[in-house]
Amino acid sequence: MYDVAVIGGGPAGLAAAIEARRNGIQNILVIERDRELGGILQQCIHNGFGLHIFKEELTGPEYAERFVNELNELGIEYKLDSMVLEITKDKKVHYVNSKDGFVSIQAKSIILAMGCRERTRGAIGVAGTRPAGVFTAGTAQRYLNMEGYMVGKKIVILGSGDIGLIMARRLTLEGAEVKIVLERMPYPGGLTRNIVQCLNDYNIPLKVSHTISSIKGKDRVEGVTIVQLDESGRIIPGSEQFMECDTLILSVGLIPENELSEKLEMRLDKVTKGPYVNEAMETSVSGIFACGNVVHVHDIVDYVTEESRIAGRNAAKYAKGELKTEGRLVETVPGNGISYIVPHTIRVNNIENKVDLLMRVRQVFHDVRMIIKADGEKIREIKKSHLLPGEMERVSLDIKALTCKNIAKLEVEICEGEE
Amino acid sequence: MYDVVIVGAGIIGTFIARELSRYKLKIAVLDKLNDVACATTKANSAIIHCGYDAKPGTLKAKLNVLGNPMFDSICEELDVHFKRVGSLVLAFNDEEMNTLNELYQRGIQNGLKNIYVVEKEQLKSLEPNLSDSAAGALYAPDCGIIGPFELAVALAENAVENGVELLLNTEVSAIEKNDELFKVQTTAGVIKARYIINCAGVHADHINNMVSKEWFKITPRRGQYFVLDKSAGDLVSKVIFQCPTKMGKGVLVLPTVHGNILVGPDSEDIEDKQNLETTMERLEHVRTAAMKSIQNIPFDKSITSFTGLRASAEKGDFIIEESNDVKGLINVAGIESPGLSASPAIAQYVVQLIKEINGGFAEKEDFNPHRKKVMRFIELGDKEKAELIKNDPSYGRIICRCELITEGEIVDAIHRKAGAATLDGVKRRVRPGMGRCQGGFCSPRVMEILARELNKDILEIVKDSRASKILTGITKEQ
Amino acid sequence: MSCKEIICIVCPMGCHLQVAENPNMEEVYEVAGNKCPRGKVYGINEMVNPTRVLTTTIKIENAPLKRLPVKTNGVVPKDKIFQCMEVINKVKVASPVNMGDVIVSNILNTGVDIVASRSMR
Repeated sequence: MYDVAVIGGGPAGLAAAIEARRNGIQNILVIERDRELGGILQQCIHNGFGLHIFKEELTGPEYAERFVNELNELGIEYKLDSMVLEITKDKKVHYVNSKDGFVSIQAKSIILAMGCRERTRGAIGVAGTRPAGVFTAGTAQRYLNMEGYMVGKKIVILGSGDIGLIMARRLTLEGAEVKIVLERMPYPGGLTRNIVQCLNDYNIPLKVSHTISSIKGKDRVEGVTIVQLDESGRIIPGSEQFMECDTLILSVGLIPENELSEKLEMRLDKVTKGPYVNEAMETSVSGIFACGNVVHVHDIVDYVTEESRIAGRNAAKYAKGELKTEGRLVETVPGNGISYIVPHTIRVNNIENKVDLLMRVRQVFHDVRMIIKADGEKIREIKKSHLLPGEMERVSLDIKALTCKNIAKLEVEICEGEE
Repeated sequence: MYDVVIVGAGIIGTFIARELSRYKLKIAVLDKLNDVACATTKANSAIIHCGYDAKPGTLKAKLNVLGNPMFDSICEELDVHFKRVGSLVLAFNDEEMNTLNELYQRGIQNGLKNIYVVEKEQLKSLEPNLSDSAAGALYAPDCGIIGPFELAVALAENAVENGVELLLNTEVSAIEKNDELFKVQTTAGVIKARYIINCAGVHADHINNMVSKEWFKITPRRGQYFVLDKSAGDLVSKVIFQCPTKMGKGVLVLPTVHGNILVGPDSEDIEDKQNLETTMERLEHVRTAAMKSIQNIPFDKSITSFTGLRASAEKGDFIIEESNDVKGLINVAGIESPGLSASPAIAQYVVQLIKEINGGFAEKEDFNPHRKKVMRFIELGDKEKAELIKNDPSYGRIICRCELITEGEIVDAIHRKAGAATLDGVKRRVRPGMGRCQGGFCSPRVMEILARELNKDILEIVKDSRASKILTGITKEQ
Repeated sequence: MSCKEIICIVCPMGCHLQVAENPNMEEVYEVAGNKCPRGKVYGINEMVNPTRVLTTTIKIENAPLKRLPVKTNGVVPKDKIFQCMEVINKVKVASPVNMGDVIVSNILNTGVDIVASRSMR
């Protein structure tokens, strides 16, 4: 019998487990499917992690190791190479590994921290043949950074998300020729500093409003057809251009991995593709919490850590019977220009001093106002010179904002132009 | 010297090989590719039709109707997934209702008993997600779904266990007939045989023309499909057809034996027998056409799309006969739909034909119709899972997290007769990489296992065809 | 006088800086397009001596993985990145390695070390 079982030993699971321990829980088990802890950070060898949490710039493995060390110092139990097959509503976890075999454990509370997976060629519908040489950016990153294999020599990258940009630089440093990075949206998907440091530094061209219509090649990729898109995302006839390459790398988005959540018949958000969560990061199944990229895809790992600490703290409370379930419920509503808000609901009684609303905007905005409304009434306005869908926005709300009136609905919206 | 050489290791070639392995014969199956089931067999609708569609009196009709009931026992013997889920042919207007009635009559004429015309009112209870515009349907409860390449792999394995030699990477370049003997020139040397069974799919005309006169032509008819994730698996429970037109059976929506949804195919005659491209226009057509049957198909759950080539003969029927001018050459050509459904009957028909030509064959006493049982970890109960891992810990290591495939299953698929030697070969047999991440997480692990088990450098492991190298070198190469 | 366009990466704003070079003037570099003083500093630095942190891998033996991630423990001149890679690509270590271990000290006399970004044993 465990007080808290954590599914996933990546940045979210590690932070959640550590936080649960710090909140007085002794009996914790972390179940990790890979051969080591740390999750995807172990292959993200570039720097830029930890500015928020540690106030210094770390690489992915360094960021992971700090948490792994802490986990070990705290003596938290974990299982590697172990796959969870099922979680039940009464909080049994069935997992397998080659050493312990088929194991069923009972937990008082469970934290889902399975992370996300990459969108594939099939998901974005690129036509053509199906040769070798088409990789998602994360898979290519694993081959290159951990296993030490080259995935190609002449490379086209589709998608300007951060992993794609980072891979453009890595492949260049390892001697490949990255011919171009394409982005179907009219603006780049990744952080500006990655555009500068990964593309501009190495003279790799980036074409926005461009995508690939078809892949050519019988055995190995021989080239791709690049097309330009109009404002509504349709292919501009006659814009087809063939580019020779032996490798296509896809960096076209991430999707939370919620197969276990789906089996639990948990309520999922259609936009984030992750669970509905409340202020405690608790899902619609009582006592099952979720944090990190399994809830919504984050832009930086520091925010994953913070969110996971909330989950860890509250899972501990739940296990101790201290989490309040009654009292007033506030619903968060994404208004104009906002695609989603996490958490989806807030139980006012559980808020100690503030609550962070995490959200993403639907499109690029310049010089706008972000307006927070309580039951239709404006309670706060934040001027924003710059909003990008690729970057997560955070708004901290003081508990007073929620308790002063009997608010039922918090809405965030973007207003263009002057007041 | 072989008694029988079978050219082509698709579903037809492997089925015939397996049926012939009941007799005391020296048999070889040749394929120019590096695995079985790599052409038409790996890319089709995976349906076991009932047999109301083909014109009465044709081989297609006869062998389809004979073949369908044979699948239960053959799949039991070979431990292959097969499900009789039933099918509905939808009509959307009065004219199509008339076509349905014709289909029904044709089915009765072809000897079917278990088919029904159902009215609009009954449709929703049979298949809740059907479009409201469907006016009625032909319901055939005996229609089945199967994994075609899994069946071909199982047949090849069982054939090899019964003494058949499987010669992959063996492309036929010329055939001569001297006296009673064929001399087959291949990329792996000269092979001699008394009989040649031509099961070369879209290339069957090419093989025939090497030795016989050009009396049939095979046109590749391209069809494109979408595969949807298992989370969309409850979209339909039956095979949903649309009323047939001159160009084929229309676009289908159906479940697969593994719980995915398949949508397609379109139909397009093309020239190039190597052309396996999907095209945006055609896939868009498939998407639009399928929405006629089911309005809310979640195409955002599409995990891949693919193209298959049907081997279509001019005269419209299967060609299964000994060549007129070259005795001992048996052509099994033009095996388009319902070729898979007819395949067990085609194999028996061919065996009968060649027995008649030869004046019978002696039966083997030790023919074993069963294939060694395949351990499918995720299908086992909790206790069986625990037991299996205790006996072999590699079944406790999940390699493919989407399909929940263990290392034990992958190793087994590599070491079986007619085993996997490529990434896609493993994928076709035991499914790692078939799921929603399409191999993103597991392909490095599967490559590692392939390299280890086959004692190869990982750089030599290919995706599918011989030249489809995945990794191009190592980093920091000096 | 020459002018160069640089995107500022000090904050997420991504200002497009125009840095003009006037060799004869007292202030050699003139920065425009910046919305804050940090942008000016960044712009001038990019002209005078652009530097970067390099992250890459080296060969490792007797370890569960074939490559060890490494980084420079300070910034190196941007134009020396590929020279650094040449040096790093020739190095091979054996496990155990601890995070922070110096793998190559004072690479190319930059005063910067190549250090392990993780432990491996």
